[in-house]
Formats: sequence, structure tokens, C-alpha cells
Amino acid sequence: MDKMKQHILNPNKWIDEYADYLFNYTITRVNNHDTAKDLVQETFFAGLRAKDNFQGKASERTWLVSILKRKIIDHYRKINSAKGQAEVKLSFYTDGENEGNWIEERVPQSWDNEAEKSIENDELKDTLEKCIDNLPEKYAMVFRMKTIQQFETEEICKELDITSSNLWVMIHRARTQLRRCMEKNWFKN
Amino acid sequence: MGKFKLSCDEATMICDKSQYGEASFSEKLKLNFHVMFCKICKMYSQQNSKLTDIFKSKCSLNENKQKMSENDKSELSKQFQEMLKNNS
Repeated sequence: MDKMKQHILNPNKWIDEYADYLFNYTITRVNNHDTAKDLVQETFFAGLRAKDNFQGKASERTWLVSILKRKIIDHYRKINSAKGQAEVKLSFYTDGENEGNWIEERVPQSWDNEAEKSIENDELKDTLEKCIDNLPEKYAMVFRMKTIQQFETEEICKELDITSSNLWVMIHRARTQLRRCMEKNWFKN
Repeated sequence: MGKFKLSCDEATMICDKSQYGEASFSEKLKLNFHVMFCKICKMYSQQNSKLTDIFKSKCSLNENKQKMSENDKSELSKQFQEMLKNNS
């Protein structure tokens, strides 16, 4: 009767058994070592404080992950609401008679040398990495989850508590800014 | 299903969505119609596939699992032990 097994918590072993797993889980979402480390630490501490609420239905790891997920949403909300945060650089007019049109100086340029620029190239990856890091954090986070980590749309929306149209606006803005950054630093370079 | 004519902002958003295979049929129709007349968005579309290839080439880098550094882990362990003591 394995299904009926009551799980128990053994905090003494948490760090050894779950630190790496939780860290990897976090870093694929926030992509910053210090942030990931902090979130994992907070998760263990919160877990310890809440250990009396553990009902033994889920495994220890699943339970810790559910705490971590809350921490990640909190982090996302924080970066989403932080005052004075850098906004993404828009490529389109957002109001007036030109609403929805390309802003002249942000119109895409043709990449005449793209054929010479091969894809398997470390320099290219560095450039891309820099361009992603230039995005405001929440855009970078959503972009990475969707594009690099290839999460399902539904999963991201659930994890970050956002709507799918919200997600696509962010992906769209991230990609137009990335396109422009890659144009300047790679294709037109 | 809303208006048929898209702004460039809307068209390129659908184009981005379609890079993940998640644009609907009617969205793609509207996008195709838009790029028939809009050279800029047409170019955006073409460059977008190129970008998607570049992004994909980066995915393969992320397959190995990342671990917490030993230093961080022992630091965390120390703090956690401290907390355990006070908690029991």
C-alpha cells in the first residue's frame, strides 16, 4: 500500500538532499545565482517554520517545491512592481494617430551579412546573453522560461499568475527589443 | 474575431506567437494579409525565424543541471543548523 504511505519531514537532511534540486529549479527561472540562492534559502527557512503544517500527503521534496513556487511568484511580483524599474524599449507608438505603427528610428534594418554569420558560435551566444540581460528583469524571466527553457505557456501563466495575453505582450516586447539589440551588436557589426 | 486589419504592433506580436507554434489559424491569416502590404513587417517576419534558430541553439546549453556552489551550500547549512537548534 505504497500510496497510503505517510511522508515525514527530516529537516536535518534537507540541504544535502534538496539544495541542488531546488537551486536548479530556481535558476532555470530567475537566471541569477544570488537571487536563486536567496530564494532557496528562504524556502528552507519557511519550510522549517511551517513544518507542523505538513500533512504527509506529498513527498518532502514536492512540499518544499510548493513553498519555493510561492517564493518565485513573490519574486516575480516584486520585480513586476518595483518602482522606477526600467521599462522595455518599445518599438511602436502606443497612442495618437500613429498607434501601433513602427517608430521611425526603430524600424528593422535589413541584415545583409547574415549569411556569413554562422550559428554555432560562442561569440554569438555571448552577444545574445548580453542582449537578454539588457531586458528588464521580468521580461528576461518570461522570455527565458518560454524560449530557452521551453516551458508551456500554461505552465508559465500558472507559475507567475499572469494571463496568456499578458505573456504574449511581454514575449513580443522582449523579442522586438532583442531583435534590435542583435541587429546593432551582431548583424550590423 | 475582431477586426481584420492589424497594426504593425499587432502583426509582429502574432508573428512572435507563431514562432512558438501558438498563433491561431485566423491570426495567421491576418498576419499573412498584413505582410502582403507591409515590407517592414515582412522583413521582421523573415528575421524572426533566424532569431528563433539562434535562440534554439542556446537551449542546448541549458541541459546540464546547475548546482549550488559548495561554499554557498556550507554557508546555508551552517545557518540552517543554527535555526534547527533554536527550533527544536
